[in-house]
Amino acid sequence: MMRSILLDNTVRCVIVAFMALACIGLVLPNWILNNTMFGLARGLAVLGLLLLWRTGLISLGHSLYFGLGAYAVALLEKHTGSTDIILRLVIALTVAGVIGFFLGFVLRHYRGIFFAMLSLAFSMVLYGVLVKTEALGSTDGFSVSQTTFLGWQPASKYPLFLSIIAICIVAIIGVQFYLRSAIGYLTTSVRDNEIRVEYLGYSVARAVHIKYIISAALAGVSGALIAMSLGQVDPDSMVNWTVSGELVFITIMSGPGSVVAPFIGSITFEFLRTFAFEWAPHAWQLIVGGTLLGIIFALPEGLWSLIQRLWTKKGKVL
Amino acid sequence: MQTAITVFLDGMTYASYLFIVSVGLTIVFGVMKILNVAHGGFYAWGAYSAAYAIGLAAELGFPDWFAFILIGLSSMFVGIVLGVLVERLILRKLYEHEEVIVILATFGLFLVLEDFILLVFGVNPYFAYQPMVFLGSVEMGGIFRDVYSLTLLGLAAFVAFACWYVLNCTKWGKILSTVIYDREISLAIGIDVKAVFVWTFVVGTMLGALGGAYIAPTISVAPGIGIDIIVLSFAVVVIGGMGSIPGALIGALMVGNLRAIAVHKFPEFELFVIFAVMAAVLMVRPEGLFAPAKIRRI
Repeated sequence: MMRSILLDNTVRCVIVAFMALACIGLVLPNWILNNTMFGLARGLAVLGLLLLWRTGLISLGHSLYFGLGAYAVALLEKHTGSTDIILRLVIALTVAGVIGFFLGFVLRHYRGIFFAMLSLAFSMVLYGVLVKTEALGSTDGFSVSQTTFLGWQPASKYPLFLSIIAICIVAIIGVQFYLRSAIGYLTTSVRDNEIRVEYLGYSVARAVHIKYIISAALAGVSGALIAMSLGQVDPDSMVNWTVSGELVFITIMSGPGSVVAPFIGSITFEFLRTFAFEWAPHAWQLIVGGTLLGIIFALPEGLWSLIQRLWTKKGKVL
Repeated sequence: MQTAITVFLDGMTYASYLFIVSVGLTIVFGVMKILNVAHGGFYAWGAYSAAYAIGLAAELGFPDWFAFILIGLSSMFVGIVLGVLVERLILRKLYEHEEVIVILATFGLFLVLEDFILLVFGVNPYFAYQPMVFLGSVEMGGIFRDVYSLTLLGLAAFVAFACWYVLNCTKWGKILSTVIYDREISLAIGIDVKAVFVWTFVVGTMLGALGGAYIAPTISVAPGIGIDIIVLSFAVVVIGGMGSIPGALIGALMVGNLRAIAVHKFPEFELFVIFAVMAAVLMVRPEGLFAPAKIRRI
């Protein structure tokens, strides 16, 4: 199984592309490097949402896990002083995964608009707590110190960039592995016909639950990485419902076609936002929102379908 | 005792305001099955256009009572212009899509409306205090309340009554109920469902804008006011039952009063309590507290 995953075309392309990106990263100007970092980190959360979307579920509350991951990093530093990357990631992953595990028991029975609304309610509960609690930083949040690597504190952001790339590769391989497993193949079947899946002897609720935990953990890691790259956590840009909306937006923009799509979509979004902000500081949301509407109307399968079309024209199949 | 009265009045005022905004959202959801995030944008547009119009009228020397007419006019203006444009140009093309994709499209629309405000009205806050000053304040049980906030209760009661009357006592209400109950059968018996949709959306938009326009004199109308209200209206609508008008009333009363109690007694739980109730309702009765239970796949 592991061997066949490594021979998988997508995975091989991903590894090559990310290696190339790691090398280019050495010479990239700072702002491009930063945007790529944010894009890749956010792409992890989008990857989790992509898994849910393939089952037909859209969560309007993944900022819950995104925020939990980010705040785990900040609170760890505040209470223990630790800034180590491994500790930070492990704690973010655990917190998000455990909360996802418990909430999953409730959410796995919900579909469609009810799933979206209940996730929204959960994430707003966290937002409400964070905004009103002084001990948790209130509306100001916390600043996050530079990440250390087993005691070593690098002068540039490049080591963090490399770590994000490594994590993305691991995540993509892991998710691909999951999608190729029996429970992963249920993904689209559940979307098409739940009753039939039940008759085949699988538990739909369990399949949805597992998927939900994976997506929660990915969002947690994503939040932690964003907090580390940004050096700052605050409720309005990490936990408010607009953050969830943004994540779902990138998911739709990327398209459900491939596990690589979230990263391409997310990096595109990051640059779109930077340029929009540069050109029209008061109208960047207009550009972003307009893009979203345009994609829903003109490109329902997302950016990935565009790439696919270009690729197949050249006679190659990815 | 005084605190109790203050909490009660605060709660009722806030509930009235939430009801006016949420009832528009719930009507649109009930008829068109669209959970409209852009409603927050309509609210903001109502607030901005009213604040702008009131400020302009005051500069031109119109009498203060004229502000109330302007509030009505600006919400109608926003409702008709934005409502028709959005329904015609965008929503109409989305009816075939999944409902969650439609939510996302309205989210995109919300972002567009937010920035459109900045382009039209600029980034500086607007203050339209004239109507509040005009009505003055009144003493109730030893505390002073401004009359303007109290008129909000009357407006909410009027909106609630109007909704009840239109739905239950007019031909329009019967047509609307038919469309809510079964879209295809309505088409089959000759109801122009498309026209019903346009009207519903315009009325829903108008109510959202009216909420914003009426609250504008009591707040500073600044960028981003639509962000908080839309998620609160979601809570209201979900608690009472999506698509139910009595539900919106009950939900607004609950959220308004819970918030008032929290603000005065446990300020750190102000937002927590609202969304905890929303989550609890969805967990226990996803169709909403006071909606009749029906068989539905969730």
